[in-house]
Amino acid sequence: MNFPAAMNKPLLDVVDLHAGYGLTRVLHGISFGLAEGSITTLLGANGAGKTTTLRALCAMIRPQGQVTFDGQRIDARATEDIVRLGIAHVPEGRGTFVHLSTEENLRLGAYVRKDRAAVAQDFDRVYGYFPRLAERRHQQAGTLSGGEQQMLAVSRALMLRPRLLLLDEPSFGLAPLIVGELFGILRAINQRERVSILLVEQNAAMALDLADHAYLIETGRVVLSGTSHDVKRNDAVRASYLGY
Amino acid sequence: MSAIATPVGTPLAAAASARRLRLIGLAVIIIAACVLPFVVSNYRTFQFTLVLVYAIALLGLNILTGYNGQISLGHGAFYAIGAYVAAIMMDRMGVPYWATIPVAGALCLVVGFLFGLPALRLEGHYLALATFALGVTMPQLLKNKYVEHWTGGVQGIVIVKPDAPFGLKLSPDQWLYLFTLAITVVMFVIGWNLIRGRVGRALVAIRDQPIAASAMGINTALYKSLAFGVSAMYTGIAGALGAIAIQFVAPDSFGVGLSIGLLTGIVIGGLASIPGAFFGALFIQFIPNVADQISKAAPWAIYGIFLIGFMFLMPMGINGAIRLGWARMRHRHSKPAQREGG
Amino acid sequence: MDTFVHQVLAGLATGGIYASVALALVMIHQATHLLNFAQGEMAMFSTYIAWALINAGVPYWAAFFLTIAFAFVLGLAIQHFVMRNIRSTSVLQLVIVFIGLLVIFNSVAGWLFTYTIKVFPSPFPKESLFGQKYLSSHELGAIAVTLVVLTLLWAFFRFTALGLAMRAAAQNPTSSRLVGIRVAWMLALGWGLAAAIGAVAGMMVAPIVYLDPNMMAGILLYAFAGALIGGIDSPGGAVVGGLLVGVLENVLGAYVVGNELKLGVALVLIIGVLLVKPSGLFGSVQVTRV
Repeated sequence: MNFPAAMNKPLLDVVDLHAGYGLTRVLHGISFGLAEGSITTLLGANGAGKTTTLRALCAMIRPQGQVTFDGQRIDARATEDIVRLGIAHVPEGRGTFVHLSTEENLRLGAYVRKDRAAVAQDFDRVYGYFPRLAERRHQQAGTLSGGEQQMLAVSRALMLRPRLLLLDEPSFGLAPLIVGELFGILRAINQRERVSILLVEQNAAMALDLADHAYLIETGRVVLSGTSHDVKRNDAVRASYLGY
Repeated sequence: MSAIATPVGTPLAAAASARRLRLIGLAVIIIAACVLPFVVSNYRTFQFTLVLVYAIALLGLNILTGYNGQISLGHGAFYAIGAYVAAIMMDRMGVPYWATIPVAGALCLVVGFLFGLPALRLEGHYLALATFALGVTMPQLLKNKYVEHWTGGVQGIVIVKPDAPFGLKLSPDQWLYLFTLAITVVMFVIGWNLIRGRVGRALVAIRDQPIAASAMGINTALYKSLAFGVSAMYTGIAGALGAIAIQFVAPDSFGVGLSIGLLTGIVIGGLASIPGAFFGALFIQFIPNVADQISKAAPWAIYGIFLIGFMFLMPMGINGAIRLGWARMRHRHSKPAQREGG
Repeated sequence: MDTFVHQVLAGLATGGIYASVALALVMIHQATHLLNFAQGEMAMFSTYIAWALINAGVPYWAAFFLTIAFAFVLGLAIQHFVMRNIRSTSVLQLVIVFIGLLVIFNSVAGWLFTYTIKVFPSPFPKESLFGQKYLSSHELGAIAVTLVVLTLLWAFFRFTALGLAMRAAAQNPTSSRLVGIRVAWMLALGWGLAAAIGAVAGMMVAPIVYLDPNMMAGILLYAFAGALIGGIDSPGGAVVGGLLVGVLENVLGAYVVGNELKLGVALVLIIGVLLVKPSGLFGSVQVTRV
């Protein structure tokens, strides 16, 4: 177990995770941990199992192994219950409710919450991070641009006031400038509100700049882990994933 | 006993002996069918005539829905057309009964094909809906004032059951049964050849992988429309035979209930199966007779329960269950031989 | 001219009933992509329950609301016990299950209540309101009830959190799970609501066509026509479509095809829409990816 040094009790602890789709097994025993308040990234090539990992964490596919969140086992729970524990997942492809308005999408993000006054505050906060969404709040979400839909997806997740934010390839299909903007906001959210972030990315360079810790996944196994600082300087990583 | 494994145990020999068994079984059934009218009452013979009639109709529906995957909830309409063709030709035009059969078939072939053309654009439950609408509307179409003169409106048409020809000493029921049996055998031989051959394989390919089938060069549109036409033809022929047997056609007997009954028949008998047509026909002919005594509503309740029950428990119908059981039995018998053979 | 106005207005009254059933059909289609062939029979069965309650001495409006509650639970039960357990996605098998439900409801109604036609009371006065001769009180009342039901539904879906969740669950079950919506419950609720709407439609139409187990067969067809015309995915379209079909049925029936061929109008409409513009007036075009 290659936990980063100063982690007593990780917020998320994954031990020997196996998962797959039907007969195709994708994860062959993934183990990693995530400290509260940190940004951790899962790196790897296409098909390595990064998205599968996030799906297994949220029980979108059935996991085998041990997944512990804040001391509770979640590997046998349903997605809807895992969400109620404070885990928000921004899926691959964003998962926007395309026929509903921007505001309705955000409202759905807060579906499980009972504290109405705080939800109203969160609307303001989220519009503060992403003013473009405020401009389009009554617009049908399917008509937003790719970048705006990504912002909407992140905002919807934030409306949960999650303790842990799972992001699946948020940079996909976005111009580098927009990605930079988005990642800057993610860093702000992490620092200001102590939201822990688990980031799955193919864009290793940007992910390593944002994250504190990194795990490298190849064909369903963790092959390397460490602080992003160290991983960035690892020769194999540099050659295969960073291109220099 | 000896270590040399006899050919009896090999899979090839097993298949050959199974085929022989099947042919013998078929021969037995056909002989029994021919003998039937002479050993049971006229009424029973009449009932079995209807079983044959339904079997033809169910084979027709199965060609379209079972093998080709096009859902029809309105096949009662084609049955009705065939029935009315027979009735109108016999009653209004004095045509002999046997001549009405091919006319009913030909007309329904054309009508079915024409219906199949627009049906090409409808998939799955939309096709089900369109045919459902046809099935529900059929009685009105038969009753309405524009065609009343021909169809006899609400009262329908009464026809006379034909006597046996050439002065044969058979009751009309017996003769009609044998006549229907002959036609049934012909229709089933044609159907069997169709389905076992290239046409059948194309139909199934279109059902299971329509895009791949068309990419492989199968003229999907032609086959699907033809499937509709042939299916309608079978059902129309059945309708004509049924009308002659029952001696009466009236619009209200051709409502959506008939279409649902036919659907129930192929579900219970077995979708995409030829023998299934007979199991289904036996079911829809005799169950209502028995259930009717419990209550007027009972037959339909039974249909409904069987429809849902079969979907959950026996989606391949009776025929499928038999095949499964047969295959399991054969597997169990062949195992020891395989072990010996090494 | 008088008769024409009467035909149009009467058409709107029955159209309101078609609109309600069409709306129920659209609700289930939105959530499941399935056509509920059993919708009519469920409504008919609920109407019989109302009849039984009224016959047992329960005052009309009490029976009305009790029946709505019964229908709601019935819809929930069907989704939970039957639809949820179907493992297959074969369209044929699903259609067969729906037909099975249709047949069971029809036969149980016939068995419990016999096939003799029954009179179903109307809560509205016998004399026509405001002395006008275009619409009977019941027809006016039916329009009013339909409007109230549709408005309540619209408000529910538009303004409440639960309504929003149901809309979301119908459109995108995966994302809905990710925000914590219990999709299976939403589906069951949708079925319950659809069944309840159907029950209201049944109770409004029974005084006009008299109550018998085959009462809803034709109405189901008109409702399907309306739902298709409006767009099978558009609730608003279902309402417009239903009203349109009601008027068309009456006008064409009176002036063009005669009363006995009215169902033929539905048949032509259904096939026509499916062939010419399957997405209807307000629906969205479905694109299938190869």
